[in-house]
Amino acid sequence: MSFDQKDARVEKEIFAKRAYLAALFVFVLVCVLAGRMVFLQITQYELYASKSENNRVQLKTVEPIRGLIFDRNGVLLAENLPSHSLTLVPERVKDMSRTLKLINTLVGLSAEEQENFEKKLKSYRRPYEAIPLKYRLEEEEIAKLMVNNYFLPGVQVEAELVRHYPMGEDFAHVLGYVGQMNETEKKRLDPIQYKATRRIGKIGIERYYEKELHGQVGYQKVETNAQGRILKVLEKQSSIPGKNLILNLDARLQRTAMEEFAGRRGSLVAMDPETGGVLAMVSSPSFDPNLFVNGISYKDYNALRDSLDTPLFDRATRGQYPPGSTMKPFIGLAFLEYGVTNWQEEIKDPGWYMLENDERVYRDWKRTGHGEHIDLRHAIIESCDTYFYEMSFRTGIDNLHPFLSQFGFGKNTGLDIGNALPALLPDREWKKAYRGRSWYAGDTLNLGLGQGYMLATPLQLATATNVYAAKGKWHRAKLVQLIDGVPLEEEDRPDDVVIKNPENWDKMNHAMEGVIQHYLGTAKALKHGLTYRLAAKTGTAQVVGIKQNEEYDSEALLERQRDHALFVSFAPVEAPKIAVATVVENGESAGKTAGPISRKVIDRYLNDDEPKGIAYEF
Amino acid sequence: MAGDFIRQLDDGSMQRGRSILQKLHIDLTMLSLLLILCAGGLFILYSASGQNMGMVYRQMVYFGLGFFIMFVIAQIDPRWFQMAAPWMYVVGITALLLVLLIGVGAKGAQRWLSVFGMFRFQPSEIMKLVTPMMVAWYLSSRLLPPRVKVIAVVLGLVFLPALLIFKQPDLGTALLIAAAGLLVLLFAGLSSRWIALAIVTILAVAPVMWYGVMHDYQKQRVLTFLNPESDPLGSGWNIIQSKTAIGSGGLEGKGWMQGTQSQLEFLPERHTDFIIAVYAEEQGLIGVLILLALYMCIVMRGIYMASRGRDTFARLFAGALIVTFFIYVFVNIGMVSGILPVVGVPLPLISYGGTSIVTLMAAFGVIMSVYMHRRI
Repeated sequence: MSFDQKDARVEKEIFAKRAYLAALFVFVLVCVLAGRMVFLQITQYELYASKSENNRVQLKTVEPIRGLIFDRNGVLLAENLPSHSLTLVPERVKDMSRTLKLINTLVGLSAEEQENFEKKLKSYRRPYEAIPLKYRLEEEEIAKLMVNNYFLPGVQVEAELVRHYPMGEDFAHVLGYVGQMNETEKKRLDPIQYKATRRIGKIGIERYYEKELHGQVGYQKVETNAQGRILKVLEKQSSIPGKNLILNLDARLQRTAMEEFAGRRGSLVAMDPETGGVLAMVSSPSFDPNLFVNGISYKDYNALRDSLDTPLFDRATRGQYPPGSTMKPFIGLAFLEYGVTNWQEEIKDPGWYMLENDERVYRDWKRTGHGEHIDLRHAIIESCDTYFYEMSFRTGIDNLHPFLSQFGFGKNTGLDIGNALPALLPDREWKKAYRGRSWYAGDTLNLGLGQGYMLATPLQLATATNVYAAKGKWHRAKLVQLIDGVPLEEEDRPDDVVIKNPENWDKMNHAMEGVIQHYLGTAKALKHGLTYRLAAKTGTAQVVGIKQNEEYDSEALLERQRDHALFVSFAPVEAPKIAVATVVENGESAGKTAGPISRKVIDRYLNDDEPKGIAYEF
Repeated sequence: MAGDFIRQLDDGSMQRGRSILQKLHIDLTMLSLLLILCAGGLFILYSASGQNMGMVYRQMVYFGLGFFIMFVIAQIDPRWFQMAAPWMYVVGITALLLVLLIGVGAKGAQRWLSVFGMFRFQPSEIMKLVTPMMVAWYLSSRLLPPRVKVIAVVLGLVFLPALLIFKQPDLGTALLIAAAGLLVLLFAGLSSRWIALAIVTILAVAPVMWYGVMHDYQKQRVLTFLNPESDPLGSGWNIIQSKTAIGSGGLEGKGWMQGTQSQLEFLPERHTDFIIAVYAEEQGLIGVLILLALYMCIVMRGIYMASRGRDTFARLFAGALIVTFFIYVFVNIGMVSGILPVVGVPLPLISYGGTSIVTLMAAFGVIMSVYMHRRI
């Protein structure tokens, strides 16, 4: 077309044509939309209907209530207290930094709480899973958050039961604590049973009995809105609470031991020879397990971790010490068993001992010697080293090792004590394998004094003393007495220690009583006011190879180079009810440190006049 | 087929109430259709807002204002629009520049202009009317169908405001305004060769836009659109939830105020951009088809009214406005049902919000004016 002038008629025609096209275009696009709707609402109806139903109905899991833990007298050791925590669902928070700022002005957030939150925000989690921001809200804080609820989308105040340990540091190591589950633990645990669970047992009984204490998860089929608010409960299956544990442990003994240690480094384990029940198990210094339940702060944790006294370290099950002269009653029995000596034979003790073809002088702890007439009884009472050098040499490693092994040295014999170390009872094979040298006679002499390569944990010493006190009758150490009223079954009990002449038990007991009663006894200071027959043996272990560190002040360094003091004991001798092993690190004199601590605990246990458990609130 | 339909609609209205409505410059058919749509919209909004009567009252006020503006504009002879067009265009462009310089905004975009601190308005809304008005004014004095030079000028007139709005940044509105302006060109008889060329150009320019011009959040929208499942809790959430709402409505729907998706607040922006999902969930396919039919009636009637305009300017202006209206409908329903990217366009006259209602009713005022001032 080549008009040079505007033509209204032509323009109207063009428009009319285009209007028809536009109408057609509109019609086609409406059909496209209608087609799309038919596709979604008819063809894919089933898919979206079920999607919508899933959206609406959620399976909400219900965390089971963790089992309670009591001591042997019914004193509550681990309970669940209601606590309110502040959680955020990041997907529902519109403006994170503003929300955090507002929360901060309302209830205050420590730098650490914010840091922890940021960390959890970045790590993997289920979509729409709430992230805790602040624990243990006060009533006033809850009120402030509720009032400002409208400005805080995605912010929730959640009530939950939180583990609490009323006895605090007394039971920290043995009871352990629960803490936030980490990723590896999450993978290890049953994903269904632990779906609603936030905390699991990390150490101690809480960890070992996790399965029993946890209980079974419950669920609720609930109708929720997109904010996760529950509108209606459609179906419900209650959770089953975890089992309650009654321990063999006695809260009074724990307290007494803690008081007696008074912050000194060391450990005490007390057992019942009749059952193997652990009456007390203390590692000092201790810590407050409640700190760990909601995640310990860096500051607190660093203080515990960096303390020279290593309060987090469980000395009772993992502290390995040379048992020293506390081994003498056991080794003495070995001498008799293999007939290398008898109760009558006497030796001369000049204060030292030498082997043939060996220039080394093996010294007695008493430089001047113990005199001309040392028999086995006096060797025990005075802890004569020379006697034990001689007799150990006569007995030999091939006899000493199997005999001591019967008492559980070098092994893990605890029934329900996780994480305990087997320590070390050396023999020829061990030395060849780990030291690359053959066994020398001198090694036997050292072993005869519980020194050299030998190491034992306080738990092992207590177990051995316990077996000894029961005259060879074996019971594995057990912390738990009853699980929901059902007694713990003792499986795989080691063979009882049987000696050729059972009279030797009583004779050795007599010698061990002499340690307290004889005027030369190494723990004679303990005899005053004794109301029962106490048998005991002292021991000292040299501290070797402490690392020199410039941060240590010299006084502390000196203190830490002193010998460890050890003490094994049981009472009453005629019918033993309690056997105790005590280690006081750098305690030097067992008769003055480890001995009195043990005595106080035994006193407390045997002098049963005061009502049990009344000192503590239920 | 469409033509017959339009004529039938026309016959009805022309018989009734000729004298009074003639004087008021109101087309009864269009008025009735709009009233039905708006009334229905209030019911949908009541459910979608979670039975928020306050919101419904406010929406009624917006409708009242909108219809008032429509009545006022319908009284103005299209000649006045023609005379005012270049001036309004200059004022509009100035306002857009001011927005970029001193505008206020939210969520990283500047869209509002504060007038003496008394009230705020969005110049981009006005440009929805002024851009096609300007193009129609320009083309009405040129030889049609337009030649190359004319087309070039028109492109300039269209892309200047579009670019300024894109800078705010508001991609959705920029595209819709560009569409409104270009629609005028189509109605003016742009040859099919040019249309083909434009399509090729768009395909060529798209990669440049993607790598050079688009903001990250805009890219994210496109990516999410292409695969909403890739980010089901972030930007994909809206589309997944709205599709679920629509699909679960089935043929008959879950019933008014019974939509679990919307009533349980799974659906985001359910009373604004995503309101059609609430409607589709509660009224099902039947309800959706009725609504689509209603929209189609309004658009067909509008096209007919535009084609009866007195002169080229009036026809082009009204034609572009009514088709733009339809594009809003299509883009909104398309995005909510998952065939178009989420661009933030409300569903005309159903979604909650005063700005969009006022602009749309003003457009219908223009269409009324064009249709009713034809015989003088």
